[in-house]
Amino acid sequence: MGIDRRNFLKALGVAGGSLAVSNSFGSTLIPKKDDKEFYGILYDSTVCVGCQGCEIICAEKNGFPFPEDEPTAGVIRKTNPQRYVAINTFNTSKGEQFMRKSCNHCDNPACASACLTKAMYKTEDGPVIWREDKCIGCRSCMVACPFDIPKFEFDNPNPKIQKCKMCYDKMQSGEKPVCVENCPVEALVFGKRRDLLEIAKSRIYTEPEKYYHEVYGEDTVGGTGLLYLASVPFEELGFRTDLGKVSYPEFNKTFLYSVPAVLILWPAFLLGLRSASDEKENKNLNEN
Amino acid sequence: MNREENTGLLKFIINELKPKGKIITPFNVISVITILVSVIILFIRFKNGLGSVVDASQERPWGLWINLNVITGVAFAGGAYVVTFMVYILGLKKYRPIVRATVLYAFLAYVFYAGALLLDLGRPWKVINPIIGNSFGISSVLFLVAWHFILYMGSLFIEFSPTITEWASLKPLRKVVVSMTLGVVILGITLSTLHQSGLGALFLMAKAKIHPLWYSEFIPILFFISSIFAGLSLVIVLESISQKAFEKNMSFVNKSTHRTIMLSLARVCTVSMFVYLSMTVLVFIHGKNYPYLNTPWGYWYLVEVIGFVLLPCVLFLFGYKLGNLKLVRTTAVITIFGIILNRLNISTIAYQWYDNSLSFPTWMEVVVSVSVIFVQIHVFRWIARRMPVYTESPSWVSREQRKELYSIQDDTLTLNNTRRKKWKVSAE
Repeated sequence: MGIDRRNFLKALGVAGGSLAVSNSFGSTLIPKKDDKEFYGILYDSTVCVGCQGCEIICAEKNGFPFPEDEPTAGVIRKTNPQRYVAINTFNTSKGEQFMRKSCNHCDNPACASACLTKAMYKTEDGPVIWREDKCIGCRSCMVACPFDIPKFEFDNPNPKIQKCKMCYDKMQSGEKPVCVENCPVEALVFGKRRDLLEIAKSRIYTEPEKYYHEVYGEDTVGGTGLLYLASVPFEELGFRTDLGKVSYPEFNKTFLYSVPAVLILWPAFLLGLRSASDEKENKNLNEN
Repeated sequence: MNREENTGLLKFIINELKPKGKIITPFNVISVITILVSVIILFIRFKNGLGSVVDASQERPWGLWINLNVITGVAFAGGAYVVTFMVYILGLKKYRPIVRATVLYAFLAYVFYAGALLLDLGRPWKVINPIIGNSFGISSVLFLVAWHFILYMGSLFIEFSPTITEWASLKPLRKVVVSMTLGVVILGITLSTLHQSGLGALFLMAKAKIHPLWYSEFIPILFFISSIFAGLSLVIVLESISQKAFEKNMSFVNKSTHRTIMLSLARVCTVSMFVYLSMTVLVFIHGKNYPYLNTPWGYWYLVEVIGFVLLPCVLFLFGYKLGNLKLVRTTAVITIFGIILNRLNISTIAYQWYDNSLSFPTWMEVVVSVSVIFVQIHVFRWIARRMPVYTESPSWVSREQRKELYSIQDDTLTLNNTRRKKWKVSAE
């Protein structure tokens, strides 16, 4: 149904209909490859009031049970197969602070490069999605993800991998993800990653006392679609800051590049070695 | 063995299907019960989901079936590519007598351990996806490993098929498969190089999760080198058990050369373990890992490296020099435990090491893991009792070819004997 609507809108666009309403999402409809910029979400922890509105609307949209527990300092609420986003609270050097955990939609995701069927897939628009018809359930995405985001339904005989998809279905029809749309304090901003970085940095620039001078996700693991602002260092908010700036698929590259070389050189070398050790040849040599 | 075609062959196969040897033995009873229990467990697993039987969590998504049966089990199947390399590429005829059993073991290992992989997949009915090509994830290491498993299984089957054709008296077919041997051996060694290291490369992206003492960008190389002595240690244990278990089916050549071959394999193990040890030390220094050494994880690391690599490396050397077969066999068992320890360290124990909750496999997981191995042993035994794995080829195989298959240079035997005597004299 989503695709139908998408095609319909496309037709509208070609017909020269008014696309002004969805102008900010225009490139979703008519993609230009060289001018592509991923969409992302900016989360400002200093604005968040921890109301769990994003959790509730997300659960509603995806048909999951509503959250029953509240953010409590000292307790880490994890995401699970029935919860894509979790709000936690931390006692930091600047008092109680909220932090949000969900899929970071990496620019170059480890999960997608670990997937042998491209079931985990980085779309051109930015969201990392999971495609049911392709997945074989090997769970290498879970091993690869540095943020432990993909969750597997261990208790389902027909299990799925569950994670936030940035409401990719809504994006295709030019709408914002539900969590962004329903945040009452606008702690979440949706937009192109480039623009979000500008917003984030200008906030730091205009209020240097308020913010910790880093945008988490700007270059963590090669850049992520979700960007975070906070008033304290991110270690205090349960984030890993030891993940490095290199995108995770890079760690595989040396190995994968050596594969064709081995496949070509090894048989040639072995064949050569074999003819060198050929008994008949060596015997003849001795007799001569 | 003259018999009419088709009907004769069918009768022959039906006849061969009947069990040979004693039926009620302690091993048979235990293994059959275990296998039956695991069938029930697998029924529950497919009915209620993986979580109902295995202890896998969102943090440690792979359980014992992948970490033990697939990742560790495949390392033990490495003996086939090492032995075929020595025999067919280097022309070391001395190792001829163990080729067939080694290749058979490896083939069954791949079949059953790839089978274990299917049990662990959440959506095994989709397994055809990466094969038929409607979605090739070519940037995935697992994609490479999966394809190599399939291709290598085929190679191993062709490598072993002369034995099958000799058993079923398929003379023309034997000629065909024998002529393919060198080709599939070369293919097999190439594939093994890549997927033995590829199993290590599966963990390259888990950089943030594996303890720095075990993680390095050299995991693939370490996995490859360790598969050499893992595979050969398993060959030593397998051959030693077979000497007793298949005593009646053992040809004279196989019996008389056993000792020499085992001692030589011990030597190969020593050298490859020394290389592995040097690599490990290099990786340790290169990674500047000294601060971790004086921690509980550091002690555990030292247990693995000193107790299960350095110690067996030295013991293999002594076993070889002293000609002590018992020592060589014991060391092979220690090495096997060392490999299991190493693979489980990387995949489970030091994986998510900062998360203090220890995870243990459930008894159901263990039962299934063990019964996969039991099934493999049963099939191996069935084949070894019927096909010329340890026995000599049938009389219709030409004399020259049989000579080729089983010839042993007497000088290697005597050479080893004199060397041992020399060592003993100098020791005294």
